[in-house]
Amino acid sequence: MHRFANPARFLKIARPLTGWLLWPGLLLTLAGCACGLFLTPADYLQGETVRILYIHVPAAWLGMAGWSGIAIAALMQLVWKHPLAAIAGRAIAAPGALFTAICLATGSIWGRPTWGTWWEWDGRMTSMLVLLFLYLGYIALANASARQGQGGVSPVTAIFGLVGAINIPIINRSVVWWNSLHQGPSITLRGSSIDGSLLWPLGLTVLGFTLLFGAIVLMRMRTLLARNRIEARMQRLARG
Amino acid sequence: MKAKHQRLILALVALAALIGAGLLAASALRDEAAYFYAPNDVKTKGVEPGKAIRLGGMVVGGSLKRGADGVTIHFDVSDGKATVPAQFSGIAPDLFREGSGVVAEGAFDAKGTFVATNLLAKHDERYMPRELEGMQYNETTHEMRAQP
Repeated sequence: MHRFANPARFLKIARPLTGWLLWPGLLLTLAGCACGLFLTPADYLQGETVRILYIHVPAAWLGMAGWSGIAIAALMQLVWKHPLAAIAGRAIAAPGALFTAICLATGSIWGRPTWGTWWEWDGRMTSMLVLLFLYLGYIALANASARQGQGGVSPVTAIFGLVGAINIPIINRSVVWWNSLHQGPSITLRGSSIDGSLLWPLGLTVLGFTLLFGAIVLMRMRTLLARNRIEARMQRLARG
Repeated sequence: MKAKHQRLILALVALAALIGAGLLAASALRDEAAYFYAPNDVKTKGVEPGKAIRLGGMVVGGSLKRGADGVTIHFDVSDGKATVPAQFSGIAPDLFREGSGVVAEGAFDAKGTFVATNLLAKHDERYMPRELEGMQYNETTHEMRAQP
């Protein structure tokens, strides 16, 4: 991994990779949403409402995957002092928080017609809301440490990212451990309880949104690296 | 030992302690964080009348009846081990059906009937189209069966 520690080498790969993730990601997302809206049958119980699944599930996955990424970046920053890890953690935080918010919003909109409520304090919903607050806390800490001229995130922020990862398995298991209003997992290692005719656009949107997420993270990493270079140059100029 | 290895061991030990603490907290919360009582929990633990709780389970098929006033519905809630009678006055959500899940907010009266003030429908993790090939959807039981 330290081969990519050099920002110049990283940028050489990141620059073309951004486009390779962005355009297929956009295409797959749009195709998946269109197929999910027009080509799949309605659910036997929920009717047309079920289609919000194609946004809700990728958003939930990326909210949780984002924090897993922050935790891995934090570990690499704290243990191996990898110079790009701190930048990566900071780059993931904003899109991660965005997708967590999308997951909560779509879940709320979905809950009203199916369950009969916008919001309930059950295990799944509460732990997902905690994840959003963790993201906001991480972003605040990262911004505070960036103002001290470190570019990436401070070790304290990285430790916060690592500690917050404990919430990820709790979100995942919340519907199994506790009685909850949210239904149990549909897609497990044993297969899917979503019928194939409704499932396939979900594959498209999950892949599409994931590629988009990757593109956004790369763009933000490039922005942060560019800002670091500007700041370093300004400081050199100021010193004369 | 290199400083790098020291940091790795420290991080792993801290992570293991954290996961242990998380699991302990989760298992301690097992009963407290439950969103609702199942009928069997009510039977084994006992819930005094008038205490506000949520009751969750399946609406027993054939148990749903409308009262004489036209707005009160009576139904049985079951979790497979125990069954509890319940009643509710008001507008139930669309997905509230016999054979489907329900979470009711309210309290037990002195006779052991659960008087709900609010109903929420709980659906399971299965999603499928109505017209599944070679299958037939049963309107009353909400089951998909192979066509005879």
